[in-house]
Amino acid sequence: MNKTYELFIGPNHPGIPGNFSLKLALEGDTIVSAKGDPGYLHRAFEKAMEGRYYIQNLALIPRICVPEPDINEAGYSMAVEELMGVEIPERAKYIRTIVLELARTATYLFWMGGFAATLGLYTLVQWTVGDRDYAIDLFSDICGARVYHMYIWPGGVRRDLPEGWEEKVLDYVKYIRHRLKDYDNIFFKNVMFKYRTKGLAVVTKEQALEWGATGPILKAAGVAQDVRKDDPYAAYPYLDFEIPTLEDGDSWSRAMVRRIELENSLSLIEQAIKKMPKDGSVWAKMPNPLKWNVPEGEVYAKVESARGEHGFYMVADGSGKPYRVSVRGASMAHMFTIAEKVLVGARLADASHIMVSLDICPPEIDR
Amino acid sequence: MNIKDYENGSFLKPLASLQYLFKKPHTLRYPKETKPVSERYRGLHINDVDQCIGCGNCRDICPCAAITMEDPSDIRPIEIDKKGANPVRPKIDYGRCSFCALCVEMCPTGSLKMSKDLIYTSPDADAFAWIPLEEQGRKPGFVQSDEITPLMLEAEEMEELEPDVRKRSFEEMVLGFSEEQARKEAMRCLGCGICMQGCPAHMKIPEYIQAIFDGNNEESVKYMLEDNVLPGICGRICTHRCQDDCVYQYRGDPIHIMWLKRFATDQLETYEDVELAKMPQTGKKVAIIGGGPSGLSAAYHLSTMGHSATIFEQRSRAGGALATGIPMYRLPIYELDKEVGNIQSMGVDIKLNTQIGKDVKFEDLLNEYDAVYIGVGLSYGRSINLKGEEHPNVVQAIDFLREVKVDGRREISKHVIVIGGGNVAMDVARTVARLQEIKYGSKDTSVETVSLEDWDIMPASQEEIDGALEEGVVFNPGWGPNLVILDEKGDIKGLEIKKVKYVFDENHRFNPAFFEDQKRMIEGDYIIESVGQMYDFSFIPKEMFEKLKFTPRRRIWIDEYGETSLPGIFAGGDLVETSKGDAISAIANGHRAAIGIDRYLREKK
Repeated sequence: MNKTYELFIGPNHPGIPGNFSLKLALEGDTIVSAKGDPGYLHRAFEKAMEGRYYIQNLALIPRICVPEPDINEAGYSMAVEELMGVEIPERAKYIRTIVLELARTATYLFWMGGFAATLGLYTLVQWTVGDRDYAIDLFSDICGARVYHMYIWPGGVRRDLPEGWEEKVLDYVKYIRHRLKDYDNIFFKNVMFKYRTKGLAVVTKEQALEWGATGPILKAAGVAQDVRKDDPYAAYPYLDFEIPTLEDGDSWSRAMVRRIELENSLSLIEQAIKKMPKDGSVWAKMPNPLKWNVPEGEVYAKVESARGEHGFYMVADGSGKPYRVSVRGASMAHMFTIAEKVLVGARLADASHIMVSLDICPPEIDR
Repeated sequence: MNIKDYENGSFLKPLASLQYLFKKPHTLRYPKETKPVSERYRGLHINDVDQCIGCGNCRDICPCAAITMEDPSDIRPIEIDKKGANPVRPKIDYGRCSFCALCVEMCPTGSLKMSKDLIYTSPDADAFAWIPLEEQGRKPGFVQSDEITPLMLEAEEMEELEPDVRKRSFEEMVLGFSEEQARKEAMRCLGCGICMQGCPAHMKIPEYIQAIFDGNNEESVKYMLEDNVLPGICGRICTHRCQDDCVYQYRGDPIHIMWLKRFATDQLETYEDVELAKMPQTGKKVAIIGGGPSGLSAAYHLSTMGHSATIFEQRSRAGGALATGIPMYRLPIYELDKEVGNIQSMGVDIKLNTQIGKDVKFEDLLNEYDAVYIGVGLSYGRSINLKGEEHPNVVQAIDFLREVKVDGRREISKHVIVIGGGNVAMDVARTVARLQEIKYGSKDTSVETVSLEDWDIMPASQEEIDGALEEGVVFNPGWGPNLVILDEKGDIKGLEIKKVKYVFDENHRFNPAFFEDQKRMIEGDYIIESVGQMYDFSFIPKEMFEKLKFTPRRRIWIDEYGETSLPGIFAGGDLVETSKGDAISAIANGHRAAIGIDRYLREKK
């Protein structure tokens, strides 16, 4: 006799009762249906932005994605710059690129720890989260904050790089390269990783395209698509990099794509530091922030986040505050169109792993 | 990397991590070990409350509404009478603060910084909001930068005629903002309103600048007219105390508030569409003696309050010193006509060429009108009892300026000496320079000024001094006039001057002393005295004048409603203590007296 029962997974963030959770229906330990519940995480970011001066939203937007806040700063700033017709200085473009790639490495390190932890390997999370802190130190040096940097702002960046920062970044790149070997040994070349992830939660090329996947999910299914290439921003047009693709579209491929992306990011940081103009302005002078009259118009600015396409759709009505800001977070699309489908048929023990494999970030789902 | 290496997992490779068993951990044993924080760390705030002016720009920009402006005197006394400052300081609620440091970026004085300290604990939930002080001993982290600042520190350049061009005529020398410049300048304003304290009339400066920024000049002028009936004139000749208070003075150029005012009024041909609402007629009549700025201001506001006001002006033009004193190159006559015309269109009756005491008796005014306002100003030159000043070629500045501006005098001698170092002396010297250029092409001519005050304490504004220097005026600062030297024919040959020891004595009172042995002569055949003005109250009957109370500085005593010690008689303009000797204070105390007169008329049964 088959009996279906419901299981509620999460929220397991100790600070926020009512966070994002999963409602699963199971038969035995096989998932027969899955439903994401955004919970009460909703903090009305988008609505709150309408009541604030453009520059004030700077304090709000990084909070849309905690592990990778810089994509929000960059996307928002690019949208405002496009509306106001502002061209940012060359050096600022390179600094933005370095910061965004640094944030990408930090995000992948964070993800890597979580990914391994859902498979029961807790050593890697100790390592990667510890190593991520070196990236955080670098952020703290340029902007004075560890997580919510508020460093990229309309017109460029908030301060020029401090003396000797580039060398510190290159040391970090070298260190992470060295550590990647350790990660490979303990995890990516670990046979258990292969057994647990190969063939799990497959999103085929057709499915990925149909379901609107972006980022590593799409690349793992064999589609070379990346905002940095397709619609280049910051200093990406001047840098040399390949989009990593794999064919299988399973959890293993997604993990490997991220692993390769991490290495690409390190190379991009090196290239950007080498090519960056050594001096010059890092900020195009913007008017008094209390009196920005952003011309009427609408704009969609997008960046490639660690999770996929991250965009800001913005409508300006000629006043000092945005008329509407809508955030296109990758996690929203990935949760309700992909995760709910690929979870079906999987086993309960893999459920949380699949969530991390798709890299779903709850605050991005419900903004 | 080669993806093939990863295809086949390995059992042994994970064992390589065992090497870390023998390595030192890279984590810190907090709190035994701590990590140095970054130089730009954004931690708890530091505020130098003595440098802070309480402008509230930090509060206005705060995205989290974490900042309130509160009185810090319980915790740390501050100087509350500081010029251009509010006696409040930011209080930060760390339950709300997001440490974005926009408050630091927007601080116009640079008093607000963020520290390297972020650790604070308390069992009391209310203990997380406080007024940051320097005394809390935190080390500065994130501070503002002059290169990257959201404030627009630089002012728009104002175009002026070149000295050699402007000297050739009495053409207005300041050209005024273009629309684009005005909007850009208006964009700089933070709207904090600190400037309103400096303005004697407390004009609604942030509001009218915002209206200019919005491109709504009508609304802008409407805001101006609420407190100032002569905005276009003040946009040209005001002493702009507002600009002295502007928060931008600490980190850049103050906003050109005055020229923004001029821009908005210049865009309107008349003020018909922006008139203030008029109250129903009360049938009360008020006589106003003197058609200067204070009289015009009182009359205008009285007429908006529903009273009928009549101005008695002894000269052929209304405007007082604006009409007769200020040279055309600073204030063109059409601007005066426009604004006086506006006041007349509000129903104010101006009787020109009517001298009180001669054409109309003061007592008659008291009988015929419900209230009388005296705003005759300081319309007579003050002499300095210079030896030889009875010579016909020694004249008073106020008479000279009037002759040039009103009577169209173009006669001038080749070598002129101006005594005085104030703004009026500058007006005289620059007028003389123009007349000499027109008449002689500046060939073999000279205009020299003599002032007791040296450069550092010269009362004239820097702009005026610079302008005069550009136009070729020669200064003799720190010299006092001794006597007029005549030649054998009885014509003036020059002025003997002596070196000043000090101008103010140890009690900071004006009490000049000279080195009697250091004397020299400056050549000139025409001397203009410009050392101050005085009033003439001969029109007031003796028995009433005796009852009129004066202040120790010989100004008419008035109460807070502008009423003198004689009931029903009000005074304002330069005659009263609140005046700073400029048009805007006269406009301000004229307005205040209008409110007082209105109150008096409504209470009088």
